[in-house]
Amino acid sequence: MNESSRLERALKGGGLLALIGIAIAFPQVYTNPAVTNYGVFALIYVTVASAWNIFSGNTGYISLGQAVFYGTGAYTMGVAARDWHMTGTGVFALLPLCGAVGAAIAVPLGLTALRVRRHTFIVITIAFFFIFQLMAFNLSFTGGSSGLSSPFLSWPAATYNTPFYYIALAYAAGTIAIAWLVRRSRFGLQLRAIRDDEDRARGLGVKAMRVKLAAWVISGAITAMIGAVWFYYINQVEPQTGFDPLFDLTIVLMAFLGGYGSIAGAVLGALIIEPLTLWLNTQPQLGGGSLNEILLGAIFLIVVLFVPRGIIPTGGEWITKLRTRGRPAVIPATTMGTPAAAESGTATSVTSAGWSAPTGKGSAR
Amino acid sequence: MAREILQAIVDGILVGGVYALMAVGLTLIFGVLDIINIAQGVLVILGAYLSYSLSTKAHIDLFVGLLITVPAMFIIGVVIHWAFIRRLRGSERTSMTLLVTYAVALIIEGILYKVYGANDVSLSASYTTSSVHIFGFYLPWIFIYGFILAVVLVLAIYALLYRTRFGRSVRATMQDETAARLVGIDVNRVAALTFGVGVGVTAVGGMLFGATNAFSPNSGYDLISRLLAIIILGGLGSVGGALIASVFMITLESVVTIWYPTWAIVVFYAALVLVLLIRPSGFFGRKAVRAQ
Repeated sequence: MNESSRLERALKGGGLLALIGIAIAFPQVYTNPAVTNYGVFALIYVTVASAWNIFSGNTGYISLGQAVFYGTGAYTMGVAARDWHMTGTGVFALLPLCGAVGAAIAVPLGLTALRVRRHTFIVITIAFFFIFQLMAFNLSFTGGSSGLSSPFLSWPAATYNTPFYYIALAYAAGTIAIAWLVRRSRFGLQLRAIRDDEDRARGLGVKAMRVKLAAWVISGAITAMIGAVWFYYINQVEPQTGFDPLFDLTIVLMAFLGGYGSIAGAVLGALIIEPLTLWLNTQPQLGGGSLNEILLGAIFLIVVLFVPRGIIPTGGEWITKLRTRGRPAVIPATTMGTPAAAESGTATSVTSAGWSAPTGKGSAR
Repeated sequence: MAREILQAIVDGILVGGVYALMAVGLTLIFGVLDIINIAQGVLVILGAYLSYSLSTKAHIDLFVGLLITVPAMFIIGVVIHWAFIRRLRGSERTSMTLLVTYAVALIIEGILYKVYGANDVSLSASYTTSSVHIFGFYLPWIFIYGFILAVVLVLAIYALLYRTRFGRSVRATMQDETAARLVGIDVNRVAALTFGVGVGVTAVGGMLFGATNAFSPNSGYDLISRLLAIIILGGLGSVGGALIASVFMITLESVVTIWYPTWAIVVFYAALVLVLLIRPSGFFGRKAVRAQ
């Protein structure tokens, strides 16, 4: 370990601490509920995008059905609180139950969907999504199209958002920590081996189904719990808001905008997109929903076409280029070869570009 | 009861023919470009709205209007391919193309909201409301006309694929893109034209869908999820599979509707999941689809 990398670690550690400090202080500094509302939603989406990333970012299986877990969590909370007549803050004790229900439905769904790959997997997750939305519409205990209301909280309106902010912050921090632990572990390496070449990983002894299912269940349980928090925060869930196709798409957009497969990427993407869409929704001169949709689509196209690897990897490259003024910073001994091979090497090791990933561990190749 | 079931089966086959046409476009695009065009659903709705404008503003008959809307949708398809799809390369291409086509779908949906508003509309003509009584079945004329048109077009696509030079290069590209390139096929041109044809048929699908259902800009989600289920069930990239799967699925839905109208669509997706549990590559899928 030389001098400059120690400095870099110190800087990163300091930066992380500063970020945590800012996150904790935010609702104390900006007490206006309209502002803290942005914070709560941003943190909910940081959690959701990071949870998505634990499964889809590591395995390469793109799930477009995360809303299944989100909605299930919200409905579990709603139904349990209604049927057991729970009120007030005691309802938060139901969160582990919501996570357990999310995990419980993730197992059969995963056992079915994870048998197929690529496009077929994506389509199956979409099919699950529609099945769940229809069940929410049609089952007797879900309240039909009018949905469910959450138990009333008698908190004062001025500081109503603050407890939710800290709960969402705890979930966001916890999810990022889990993502980081997964990334560093043998488990995470197995997941990325599956992403790079599932058949070869299987040949090398990775129990592919078990590993994929574990990541899927973790991701589902977290999403269900934060879905329950979201439901309690906005007081209402309907089939089309709990199980929202745009929700699925937005998460994927967040992850791709920040940098697909990188932990920091999902966080950054959520922090950019969620406040932006919230703000757009409050701008009446933009004509409400439809222009919002066009803008979201346009951002999407711009990202995919011009920053296809996301902000974090591309930005990291620019910084390296600036610092080294065009000279190669470090010549990795293993990826030397034909230019084409080196190029594909960088393309597949996007995973290593987040701040938390030790360099060289990103790609299983 | 037997009579109702028979009626449901006949309806299912007739409507299934129209779905088959839309699904064939989607599965062709998959076969040649190895992408799933999420925008197909909203493009169908766009086709329906084009027909709507032509019939309400210019008083052009729905079927005659297709002479304008089909080329228009073909051009839209070629432009989408040229502007967005063509540029995507590399290891994340699958997910990228999904996202790009999803984004295109969002933009088109937003534009449709802006232009036409969120209210349900439907296409009407003399033959959308009248029906004919054959062998004891009441069949709306539009179902019959639509079915005939869909069958003719699917046959035309078959002829295009199996009887023309272009079709041969399409099939070659589907089998092995690199080899097709090596023997001198302009793969990019084939891809662009296939995308155009795949989107072009949505003009017809959209007109028939709009004449048999009320639609609004967000009807595309429901359509695309059905179409995706159909082409996955038929086996991705298999034209014959798409035909059989669409008739099978729509008939199944139509029969289930007799008893459980609200659960019919769940049965639809459950059938997809069940079939894939037994045969992960669908009815006619190449084994390779799973191994990819």
